[in-house]
Amino acid sequence: MAERILTEEMENAIRALFPRYPTRQAVTLPALHIVLEKLRYVPPQAVVEIAGLLELAPSQVQDTLSFYGIFPQDKPHGRTRVWVCRSISCALRGSDELLQQLCESAGISPGGTTGDGRVTIEIAECLGACEHAPCMLANDELHHCITREQGEAFLRGLK
Amino acid sequence: MADFEPVLMANMQREDSHTLAAYEKAGGYAALKRALREMQPKGVVDLVKRSGLRGRGGAGFPTGLKWTFLPQETRGPVYFCLNADESEPGTFNNRVLMEQDPHQVLEGLILSCFATCATTAYFYMRYEFPLAWRRVQAAIDECYSAGYLGSNILGSGYSLNVYLHRGAGAYICGEETGLIESLEGKRAWPRIKPPFPAVEGAFRRPTVVNNVETVACVTHIVARGAEWFRSMGVPPDPADPRDPGSFGPKLYCLSGHVERPGCYEAPMGLPVRELIDRFGGGIWKGRRAKAAIPGGISMGLLRADEFDCRLDFASPARYGCLGLGTAAVVVLDETVSMVDFLHNSCRFFAHESCGQCTPCREGTAWSLRMLDRIRAGRGRWKDLDLLLEIGDSIGIIPGSTICGLSDGAAWPIKNAIRKFRAEFEDYIRQSNPQGYLETAPVAALDSTGSH
Ligand SMILES: Cc1cc2nc3c(=O)[nH]c(=O)nc-3n(C[C@H](O)[C@H](O)[C@H](O)COP(=O)(O)O)c2cc1C
Ligand code: SF4
Ligand code: FES
Repeated sequence: MAERILTEEMENAIRALFPRYPTRQAVTLPALHIVLEKLRYVPPQAVVEIAGLLELAPSQVQDTLSFYGIFPQDKPHGRTRVWVCRSISCALRGSDELLQQLCESAGISPGGTTGDGRVTIEIAECLGACEHAPCMLANDELHHCITREQGEAFLRGLK
Repeated sequence: MADFEPVLMANMQREDSHTLAAYEKAGGYAALKRALREMQPKGVVDLVKRSGLRGRGGAGFPTGLKWTFLPQETRGPVYFCLNADESEPGTFNNRVLMEQDPHQVLEGLILSCFATCATTAYFYMRYEFPLAWRRVQAAIDECYSAGYLGSNILGSGYSLNVYLHRGAGAYICGEETGLIESLEGKRAWPRIKPPFPAVEGAFRRPTVVNNVETVACVTHIVARGAEWFRSMGVPPDPADPRDPGSFGPKLYCLSGHVERPGCYEAPMGLPVRELIDRFGGGIWKGRRAKAAIPGGISMGLLRADEFDCRLDFASPARYGCLGLGTAAVVVLDETVSMVDFLHNSCRFFAHESCGQCTPCREGTAWSLRMLDRIRAGRGRWKDLDLLLEIGDSIGIIPGSTICGLSDGAAWPIKNAIRKFRAEFEDYIRQSNPQGYLETAPVAALDSTGSH
C-alpha cells in the first residue's frame, strides 16, 4: 500500500464541494486544483485517492488530468511558478526575448525548475492581459510590460 | 459618436469599484430589484430579444433568441454557464470587467438566470485570472450576505446559487460544449451538435452558455430599456435579410504596436482606424501600420489599407475576415514579418487543438511544421499552396470538424497568405535560393521544439 497523500484537510475541502454539482465527477478539476495548490504537483497516488473520493476509476481522473497542461505529476513545480505569455500581442512586444532571457538567467529551459526549487518557468498562451504585453504571471501576480531589467530583478528577488 | 458616454466602464473610474458598496452607490442592483418586483422571466427574455443584443463571446448569436430555445416545459433544473474562459489572443475585456466591476457582471448574471429560470449557475473562469477570481469570489460572498443570491432573493420567491469553477489552462474550454465537458470533470472535447446545449447541455440538462460581457449588457438593457440599447450601433443591412444588426455599447480591446494599448468602450461599429488613432494614440514609435487582427487572432487579418472596416458583426467578413469575434484589435507595425506572424498563429492553434478531429489535429500541426521549415530557410513556394489547402479545408465552415477552433486556425493562414503573398514568396526565395522552386514531397524538420 502506498502511503496516503491527501490530508484530511484536503479531503474535507474536496467533500465540501459535492453539494455544488449533480455528479461527483464534476469535482475532478476542483479536487486537482486543491491538491496542486497544497503539494505543487499531483502525483499518481493523489489521483488514486481523488478517484476514491469521487467514486471514479483512477483512469478517469488521470484521463482528465492529462488533458490539461497544468498538473505536474513527477515532482513539485518551483515555489514560484512563472507563466510567460508567447501569444501574438506579447510576441509583438518582445516576449520571445523575455522568455529566453529568463530561462538563461535561471539556467533552465521552458518547463524546467531550478535545482534549488525556487522557480519553474513555463510557456503560456495568451494570458488575457494583452494590454500589458509582454506579461507574465508569477504565482498569483501578473507582471506588466516587463523590461530586461525588470526580468532580472524579478529573478533576483525570488525566495 | 463624440457624445457617447461609457456605460460598461462607467463604474470603473470610482474608488473601490469592485466592492458592493461602490456599486450600489452608483445605482447598482436597482435593475435587479425592479425586475424581481415587476417582471416575469418571459418579460426579461422579450426585452433582451427586442434589444437586439448579440453574444459578445465571439459568435454573435442573438441572446434573447438563444434563451427561447430552452424547452418551455421542463421538470428538473436548467443550468446557466457563464463563460469566463477568455483565452482568444488579443482579448481581455472580460478580465477587466471581472476585476474592476464584478458586481455589474453578477447583476447581469442573476438577471439572465432569472430570465432563463436557471437556479444554478456555474461561473467558469480560466485558471490564469487570480485577481479576477478573488474579486468575483468576494463579490459573490457579498451578494449572499446582501440577499441578492441564495434562496428567495429579495423576497421574490426566486432562488439562485452561483458557483465559481476554475479552468485549467486550455483554450478549448471556451468553446461552449468544451466548457460543459470540462465542467463535468472530463477532457474538454467539444461535442457534436445537435443537440445544442439549450436542449441537452451540462449534466444532460437544458443549459445556457453566455459570455461575461453579454450578461453585463443585460444589466443595462433591464435598467435602460431595449430602445436605449438599439439607439447605438449599426442597423441591419437592408440587402441582407439575415443580418439582425449590431447594437449597443462594446468593449474593444486594443494591443500590439499602438501607443496606448487598453480596453475602450464605444458603440458597436467603431472603425478600426478610429480605435487605433483616437483611443490608442496611433501606431507606436511614429511608425506605420502594416496590418491588424480585427477581433482576436481567429478572425484573420486586415491590411493597413482596410482600416476603414467597422467593428460590427457584419463588416469584417466584407474584408475577407472570419467575423467580428471578440472585437480585439491587435496592430502590427511595418517592421513585422508576416512569416513570423503566421508562425505565431499556427503555433497557437497547433498547441490548443484538442485533437479530436483529424483535419484540425493534423492540419494545425502540419501548418506549424511548414512554417518552422520556412523559417529555417528550407521553404518552397509550393508550401504556400499546401498551407492554403489546409486553410481552405479545416473548420465547421467547410464542414470537416466538430468546432470552430479550426476555422480560427484557418483564417490567419488564408488572410496572411492571400493578402501578403508577395512577401511570403520573397522570404522563401531569399532564404532558400537553391530550393524554393522544389515541388517534390519533403520531410518535416526533425524536431521543431515549438509545440
Ligand atoms: C475555440 C473556441 C473558443 C472559444 N472561447 C470562448 C471564450 O473564451 N469565451 C466566450 O465567451 N466564448 C468563447 N467561444 C464561443 C462560445 O462557444 C460561445 O459561443 C459563447 O460563449 C456564447 O456566449 P455569447 O452568446 O454570450 O457570446 C469560443 C468558441 C470557440 C470555437
Ligand atoms: S475542431 Fe479541433 S479543437 Fe475543435 S473539436 Fe475538432 S480537434 Fe478539437
Ligand atoms: S497575447 Fe500575451 S496576454 Fe494576450
